[in-house]
Amino acid sequence: MEKLLVAENVSKSFGEFKALNNVSIEVPKGSIFGLLGPNGAGKTTFIRIINQITMPDSGKVFLDGEPLQPNHIQHIGYLPEERGLYKSMKVGEQALYLAQLKGLSKSEAKAKLKYWFDRLEIGDWWDKKIQELSKGMAQKIQFVVTVLHQPKLLIFDEPFSGFDPINANLIKDEILKLRDDGATVIFSTHRMESVEEMCDHIALINKSNKILDGKLLDIKRAYKNNTFEVGLVTQNASAVSAHLKDKFTVSPATFKTINNELQYKIQIPENASANDLVSYLTTQGQLTHFVEVIPSANDIFIETVRNN
Amino acid sequence: MNHLQLIIKREYLTKVRNKSFIIMTFLSPIIMIGIFTLVGYLSQLNNDKVRVINVLDESGLFVSQFESTDNLKYERMESLSLEQAKAKTEKSGDYGLLYIPENDDIDALAKSITFYSEDSPSLGTIDDIEDAIRDKANTLKLKASNFDAAQIKSLRVQVDTQLETFKGEETSKLGSGIKLIFGGAAGYLLFMFIIIYGNMIMRSVIEEKTSRIIEVIISSVKPIKLLLGKIIGTSLAGITQFAAWVLLLGVLSAIIPLVFGIDPSAMQEQQLQAMAQTQNDGLQSILTEALIEVQKLPIANLIVMFLLFFIGGYLLYASLYAAIGAAVDSETDTQQFMLPLLMPLILAVYVGFFTVIDNPHGTVSQVFSYIPFTSPVVMLMRIPFGVPLWQQLISVVILFATFIGTVWFAAKIYRVGILMYGKKASYKELAKWLKY
Repeated sequence: MEKLLVAENVSKSFGEFKALNNVSIEVPKGSIFGLLGPNGAGKTTFIRIINQITMPDSGKVFLDGEPLQPNHIQHIGYLPEERGLYKSMKVGEQALYLAQLKGLSKSEAKAKLKYWFDRLEIGDWWDKKIQELSKGMAQKIQFVVTVLHQPKLLIFDEPFSGFDPINANLIKDEILKLRDDGATVIFSTHRMESVEEMCDHIALINKSNKILDGKLLDIKRAYKNNTFEVGLVTQNASAVSAHLKDKFTVSPATFKTINNELQYKIQIPENASANDLVSYLTTQGQLTHFVEVIPSANDIFIETVRNN
Repeated sequence: MNHLQLIIKREYLTKVRNKSFIIMTFLSPIIMIGIFTLVGYLSQLNNDKVRVINVLDESGLFVSQFESTDNLKYERMESLSLEQAKAKTEKSGDYGLLYIPENDDIDALAKSITFYSEDSPSLGTIDDIEDAIRDKANTLKLKASNFDAAQIKSLRVQVDTQLETFKGEETSKLGSGIKLIFGGAAGYLLFMFIIIYGNMIMRSVIEEKTSRIIEVIISSVKPIKLLLGKIIGTSLAGITQFAAWVLLLGVLSAIIPLVFGIDPSAMQEQQLQAMAQTQNDGLQSILTEALIEVQKLPIANLIVMFLLFFIGGYLLYASLYAAIGAAVDSETDTQQFMLPLLMPLILAVYVGFFTVIDNPHGTVSQVFSYIPFTSPVVMLMRIPFGVPLWQQLISVVILFATFIGTVWFAAKIYRVGILMYGKKASYKELAKWLKY
C-alpha cells in the first residue's frame, strides 16, 4: 500500500533526555493511523517533528515520497493537544488569519470558511470574540481552522477533549468523511474506544521507542490466544467443570445473560480446534454462548506497555 | 501577502484596536498637560503671598540696600529695641526679622547679623540678604582702606571665555546646554520607548503562550518569523502612539491656555527672563543665539545616528524582552529576568546624565558608548558634543553585531520556550535550551 508519511530512524534528544530513539513509522495513504503511547512517551515530539516545529537530531521524514520541507506545511493540518485561539480576536478575522498563514488567499479562505461554518451551523459566530464562546464552541472553530486548507495529512492530538458526546460524534463523523474524501489522518489519543472505532493502523510508542505497529486487525490476531467465552446450561455442572479444568486453562467469566448457566473463559492449546470444544460442550447440555475473545486495543496497550 | 506581512499586520491591528491602548493614547497627553497646568497654577498660588521682612538696622548702614520685590517686602523698623521688634514681628505674623547690630568693626558686624523667624527661612531669601549685605560691606571696607569703590569696579575685568574647537567652530555655554537638551532628549526617548514597547512585546508573547495558540501558529510559520513580525508590528504601533502623543500635545498646549486663561508657559518665561537678566542680555538675543547654536549642531549626523541607534538599541532590547516572554508562563514570573535587563539600561541613563554632562569625551563616557547595551543611550547623548565619525561607526557596528547575537539567542529561547508549559525556567534551564 502506498505510504503518505514515512519516518526513518528518527531520533531526538533534549539535553540528556532522549525523547525519540530510532523510531520508524509508515503511515499508509487514506488510513486513520492511531499514534498511541503513555504520557511522556514521545508522541508529541514525533508529531512536532512532522510539523517541522522541532528538527530531528537524526533520521529522515518523507511526505508523499519527498523529504520534508517548509512548503509541506500547507499540506498538513495540525490540531495540537495544547490548543487555543486569540481570545480577544473575532472568530472570522482569526480564522481568516490562520487560513492565510496556511497559504490560502483571502478570497479562497473566505469561501471555504463559509462552507464549513454553514456545515457546522456556526455561521452567526463570525463577529463574536473567542472569549464570548464556550469551550466546545471554540473547539469547533479550532477544528474548522485545522481542516480548512484541505491538507493531505491531518494530525489530531486528542481531538475530542472539550466536546460533549453529541459534538464529539459530529467531529468523529467529519474526520471519517475527510478520510473518505482522501485525507490521511494521524490520530493521537488515550481514549481506546475511539481507537477501536476509527483506526485501521496503529503504532505504540513507549519510553522513546516504537514497540508495536501495524494494522489493528493483524495486531489483534497476533495478540489473541485461542480463548473463548463459553456459556452452558447443564445438569452435571461439577463434572463438566472438573473435565474442562483438567483439559484446558480455565478462568471464570462474567457476561450478561438471562440464563442460570456455567460461565467460563477457556483457553485451548494452539494446535487444537475450537470445534472439538464445541462438540464436547454440546453433548453436556445446551450451549448458550460461544465467543472468541479478541483482545481490545486497551488490553493490547496495557499488556505491551507493561511487558516493555 | 507573505507570512511576515500577515503577522505584522495582525500584531499592529490588535495593538492599535486594543481599548486600553486607545485610552492611553488619548489620556496620556491630557494627563501630562493637566499636571503641567496644575504645577504652573500651584506655583503661581505659592508666589502670590507677599512676604514681609522687618529690618532693624541699628548700624544704619545697610537699610537702603534691601530692595523690595513683588513678593518680598522689606520694612524698616526704627527706634525699637530688639525685644520689642521681635515681639512685634511675631505678633504681626510677618515672615521674619533681620537684626543688624551696631558695630564699628565691619567684619565683626557681618558675623553678628541675625535673622529671626517662625520657621526655617527659605535659603533663597537668606542668599539674597547675604548678597546685599556683602556688597555694602565690601564697599565700606574698601572705603575704610581708602580705595575708591567705583574705580575698583571699573578696574575689574569681565571674563567671558570664547569656546572654539580646533576646527574653528565656535561654541558657548548656552550651546553646551542646547547640546545637552538634544542628546538627553534623544537618549531618554529611546529609554522610554524600550521600556514601554519592550514590555508590550513581552506581554504579547506571554498572551500567545497562555492562550495556547502558539503551537497552532508555529505549525504554519517559523518561530523566527513570528518573533520578527511581533517586534516590528508592536514597534509600528508604538511609533503610531508616539506620533499621536506629539500631535495631541501640540494641539492641547495650544488650546488649553485659550480655554482656561492659564498660561502654562508662564513659568518658563519667568525662568528665561531670569536667565536673560543674569546674563545682562535680552530674551530676544538669547533666543537668536539658541537658534544659531541649534543650527550649528551636526543635525544630519544626529538624525542618521539617532535612527541607527534607535533601531539597533530598540531591537536589541525588544528581542530580549520577547525571549523573557517565551521563557515564562505568566507576567508575575518575569521579575527575575527583568532586573538584569533593566540594569544596563538604567546605568546608561545615569552615565548619560551625570558622566557625559560632566565630560562628554572622558574615558567612562567613551567606554559606555561602545558597550552595546548602553551605547544607544550614551552615544546619542554624546553625539551633539561632536564625536568623530569613526567612533560612531565602530559603536554602530558593535551594536548591530550584538543585535544579531541577541536575536539568535532570543530565537533559541523563544523556539523552545513557547512550547514549554508549567515549567519554571531558571537560568540553568535557559542555558540548556540553547543546546536543544
